Amino acid sequence: MPFQWFVALRYMRDARGQTALILSAVSVGVSVIVFLSALINGLQSSLIETTLGSQPHVTIRVPREEPRPLVEASSQRSIARLIQPASQRLRSIDQWPVVMADAERIPGVTAASPTVTGSGIATRADARLPIVIRGVDPERFLAIINVPRKIVQGTFDVSGDSVVIGSTLATDLGVEVGDKVRVASTEGIEEVMKISGVFTLGSAAVDKTWVITSLRHAQSMFALPGGATTIELKVAEVFDADRIANEIQSQTGLLADSWMALNAQLLSGLSAQSSSKIMIQVCVVLTVALGIASVLIVSVVQKSREIGILRAVGAPANRVLAIFLIQGGVLGLIGSFLGSALGVIFSLLFETLTSGPNGLPRFPVQVDLELLAGATLLATGVGLITAVIPAGRAANLDPATAIRSG
Amino acid sequence: MADPILSVQQVIREYGDRVRTRALAGVDLMLDQGEFAALIGPSGSGKSTLLNIVGLLDRPTSGRVILAGLDTSNLDERALTAFRARTLGFVFQFHHLLPAFTAVENVMLPEWADRGIATREMRVRAEAMLQSVGLSDRAQFKTTDLSGGQQQRVAIARALVRRPPLVLADEPTGNLDTNSSEEIFELMRRFNRELGTTFLIVTHDPRIADRCDRTIEIVDGLVKSDHVR
Ligand SMILES: Nc1ncnc2c1ncn2[C@@H]1O[C@H](COP(=O)(O)OP(=O)(O)OP(=O)(O)O)[C@@H](O)[C@H]1O
Ligand SMILES: [Mg+2]
Repeated sequence: MPFQWFVALRYMRDARGQTALILSAVSVGVSVIVFLSALINGLQSSLIETTLGSQPHVTIRVPREEPRPLVEASSQRSIARLIQPASQRLRSIDQWPVVMADAERIPGVTAASPTVTGSGIATRADARLPIVIRGVDPERFLAIINVPRKIVQGTFDVSGDSVVIGSTLATDLGVEVGDKVRVASTEGIEEVMKISGVFTLGSAAVDKTWVITSLRHAQSMFALPGGATTIELKVAEVFDADRIANEIQSQTGLLADSWMALNAQLLSGLSAQSSSKIMIQVCVVLTVALGIASVLIVSVVQKSREIGILRAVGAPANRVLAIFLIQGGVLGLIGSFLGSALGVIFSLLFETLTSGPNGLPRFPVQVDLELLAGATLLATGVGLITAVIPAGRAANLDPATAIRSG
Repeated sequence: MADPILSVQQVIREYGDRVRTRALAGVDLMLDQGEFAALIGPSGSGKSTLLNIVGLLDRPTSGRVILAGLDTSNLDERALTAFRARTLGFVFQFHHLLPAFTAVENVMLPEWADRGIATREMRVRAEAMLQSVGLSDRAQFKTTDLSGGQQQRVAIARALVRRPPLVLADEPTGNLDTNSSEEIFELMRRFNRELGTTFLIVTHDPRIADRCDRTIEIVDGLVKSDHVR
């Protein structure tokens, strides 16, 4: 075994009590970091997942028509400046297949789906409820929003006059799978449709209003033959959505909204959470670093005579340096293993203890390899770095003085 | 005649920045290979200081130390350490073994610390060395479990394991009873005879000093007398 490793490990074994104490301090610190990160990451990704479970990452649509006067003013004629907003008739994206093909080619975009989305009224017996009609190409749309996974009744089928509707809407209308419902679009076109499935996507607005039908069906209900009012995108990295939306917007002149713009409040909440997480982590790291440093400094002082002897019998200064760096690194490494294990146990325990009556966790914690590897790297690095000062002191001890002072 | 193993030339060592004390005030000293010399003198006369300078643990304020034919004044810290590891053995008063290590590990130290990696041969050499100081049955003992005399024998084994031409001993028997002192002295004498190792031994014990081949007396940082028997 290399000399410096042997001496370092022997010193740690010899000072068992000290080693155990500092190891527990490092472990507790690392476990706090692991547990806290797991909890916050879990919370954040479940929030984002819920949010994105019912909305596309990017939605491309036609800009609203600017209101303009019916008659242009001229020098001869002044006109009243009272202008009505232009009536917002649904409009199709010009050449939408081309726009979609272009969007699909942008790096980071993984799926694209055309829809005709408009408002309408659903009627059944006495109930008349406002709805959102979503005409989709099922194959493409399911890559954006995975409805079949959230079906609570029936199947996902939008062929012919079949529709799939939100569960709150189904309850409000008092309908079940197999029932018929009358649907009218804002274009005044009415149809009777058969409910093939009911879903719960988790967003109150969506579950209360959505009626999913085929693209062709919606095109005819809004008198937009062959048209598409939106193109919806899924991207590989959800936080790239803003950038991609901006890119599309500047390239096409169309409106492109990212989920991030639509959920700005959620995101600012998440980022506040992340900064408080980082604050706590920094404090814990500092505490751990001070702990390791103080133990090593004491150990260097205690062992100064021994270090002098090591130097006298032939240990070069850099090997003495290594002896103490190794101790710092090993303390960090072992501490991070113990701490990671402890943190995982805390996390799972917390998840179990706080799980709801249905057995599903209320606070899903997210422990991943990346987090554990990060904590290990961090603790080992901190151990090494904090060992630099005591190790440097040990290496620079004057052997004559050190031996004499014994 | 062969070159001396040690040549100390006009060595001065001062301590302190404002109030300068002269521990050594211009020492000249030569030792030939195979000599067995005692260094005596009153407390505070500069014996340990001289030994540290000869042992390359400390540098003189001025003057030169030539060891085994090499002028050490121009060596840097690294070269000094390596040269020290191969040329010198140390025995200190308080047997200065490492308490966290076993006897055999302590004896392996000089070679191990210098080369970096422990080898099978190192251990064999260390065990043989322990045997020659009569401690083969204590090889695996923690040094704190050994008696004072045994510890000092381990220290001698450690000093000699690499067969250095010069061994420096600072009051090697200072902490021992008469019997143990006798044992340690005999051990050093034996290695001097058998291996031709040069010894420079600081001692306050006249019985030890009288039985050395040469007695160098140092007073107030200067060599006062130098007798060869
Ligand atoms: N590191 C130091 N700083 C300041 N003064 C020192 C230092 N080391 C030694 N001295 C001084 O140098 C002088 C010689 O000390 P040294 O230890 O060499 O004496 P010694 O002959 O070994 O004495 P003893 O027999 O008591 O061991 C003393 O006056 C001592 O106080
Ligand atoms: Mg002394």
